[in-house]
Amino acid sequence: MTSGNRQDRFKAGVLPYTEMGYFDADYEPADTDILAAFRVTPQPGVPREEAAGAVAGESSTATWTTVWTDQLTPYEEYRARCYRIEQVPGSDEQFIAYVAYGLDLFEEGSIANLTSSIIGNVFGFKAVKALRLEDMGIPKAYLKTFQGPAHGIQVERDYLGKWGRPLLGATLKPKLGLSARNYGRVCYEALRGGLDFTKDDENINSQPFMRWRDRFIHIIEAVRRAEATTGEIKGHYMNCTAATMEDMYERAEFAKELGSPIIMIDLTIGYTAIQSMAKWARANNVLLHLHRAGHSTYTRQKDHGVSFRVIAKWARMMGVDHIHAGTIVGKLEGDADITKGYYDTCREAFQKRDLSKGIYFDQDWVGMPGVMPVASGGIHAGQMHQLVGHLGEDSVLQFGGGTLGHPDGVAAGAIANRVALEAIIKARNEGVNLLEDGLEILRATAEWSPEVRGALETWGDVTFDYESTDTSDHATASV
Amino acid sequence: MRIRQGQFAYLPDLSEEELAAQIRYAIHHGWGIGLEHTDDPHPRNLYWEMWDQPQFGVDLPEQVLDQVRACREAHPDSYVALKAFMSTRHRQGVMLHLLVQRPADEPELRIERQQQGRRQGYTLTRAF
Repeated sequence: MTSGNRQDRFKAGVLPYTEMGYFDADYEPADTDILAAFRVTPQPGVPREEAAGAVAGESSTATWTTVWTDQLTPYEEYRARCYRIEQVPGSDEQFIAYVAYGLDLFEEGSIANLTSSIIGNVFGFKAVKALRLEDMGIPKAYLKTFQGPAHGIQVERDYLGKWGRPLLGATLKPKLGLSARNYGRVCYEALRGGLDFTKDDENINSQPFMRWRDRFIHIIEAVRRAEATTGEIKGHYMNCTAATMEDMYERAEFAKELGSPIIMIDLTIGYTAIQSMAKWARANNVLLHLHRAGHSTYTRQKDHGVSFRVIAKWARMMGVDHIHAGTIVGKLEGDADITKGYYDTCREAFQKRDLSKGIYFDQDWVGMPGVMPVASGGIHAGQMHQLVGHLGEDSVLQFGGGTLGHPDGVAAGAIANRVALEAIIKARNEGVNLLEDGLEILRATAEWSPEVRGALETWGDVTFDYESTDTSDHATASV
Repeated sequence: MRIRQGQFAYLPDLSEEELAAQIRYAIHHGWGIGLEHTDDPHPRNLYWEMWDQPQFGVDLPEQVLDQVRACREAHPDSYVALKAFMSTRHRQGVMLHLLVQRPADEPELRIERQQQGRRQGYTLTRAF
């Protein structure tokens, strides 16, 4: 409805959200509106329109009662509106509410501000039993107020001189407990073997067993030595995650002084800190890797929280160069179609609405560079054909255990991954269907590469076939 | 040492047929194809010497292979790289990068250290 009788609308007391105008099926979103798709599970007895209106209201201008001060504002322009409802296939309970927000409701270039509205109070609102932010459509006008990736995929490739294949990385293990000197040894072995990057794990910051400055000094020795033994550029994601911005800037500055091409932060530092570090990374010509530590606490369950595709979208806007986005075949949660949706969100110039991938809105990225998606967690050389087949070439494939656990040592593990990757890319370019015939390519490669043979013999049978919790409602074919 | 540059740095050198297949992949995508050569494979040497002009709108691998052969013949002791370029918005860069010749005797690289207080500075240089 519209505001109807003004006296009724502002009479003191409680009005249904639908009557306050927060549900409006006739509304056509403006091309500057920010759009959100929520999966709503209303409390029993709450009508769909009222629950949807409540979500729009509580994430924009409404409070629980009418307030006369609304009349001091252009409240009809400022209130968000649920403009469409779609029942979730196979569910009597859940529906998707499409909500449009006017551009002026948000501060330019601030993910903190955007999220304080969109995922602020509303997620604890009693009238809904569960609520999930499935996707957002960001209008060009708003997107252009964000920095975007400090460098982006192509610039990263140009700096590294590495094109035409995924990059390879490894998280150094054990993730906690190594001394700086021993840690640098593992780094050197992995890089000289053939990986492009090594990585601090998310929880390696500056503990008693290895302080950050000691780690950085040993790591840069390993990186430079590996460059000399291979003749190619190497890097290590130096994790600058710390308690305060001052500490993070100090660590990042030191990494830059040492000549590290890349630093790292964790998602746990928060949106504002990420934007600050992205600004620093752009200003200082250092690539920025984001580890999505903590995301599964709110992304994994399908009925409540925030989809990872939204986190990926915000990360691209905030301006990181890398983000972990799933492996499909590894040890961590990730349905194939849904994961492809994350990868598209990181990399594509334009995304078409595609519910099978969980993409609810067309998204034009208006020239904003892509973020390099990172596949990490329980992957090994024997899956190389699937990884490249599913994820494409603009990605970083990270084999931690899958490098360090090789029977012939760390360098052999790195060689196995690099040889397997190059053999698979060569075959792909020759027209081989990787998902169908890729394993044959790996087996043929193992004939001449003892390192690949060792990897296949050790892990060839290892798979992680568990059902995903986060799947599309509109699934097509799966893996 | 074997310099690990180009996207198949860890595979055996490509045969002429294998090289033709990779060129066909670039042609199929409509990418421009160019050659570069150098005797300085330092990984931060961004601009090798161009050989002739990159070719755009190539139809047959043979057109590129002729160029490869001519470049190899003129610079038998150099590195020769083939790069394919995509002009699409959002990309505008290299999509294929192959070393198509290495010198028989590849240089060694080493790092030189400069003492900087309690830490080292590093310069990657060619060992003679």
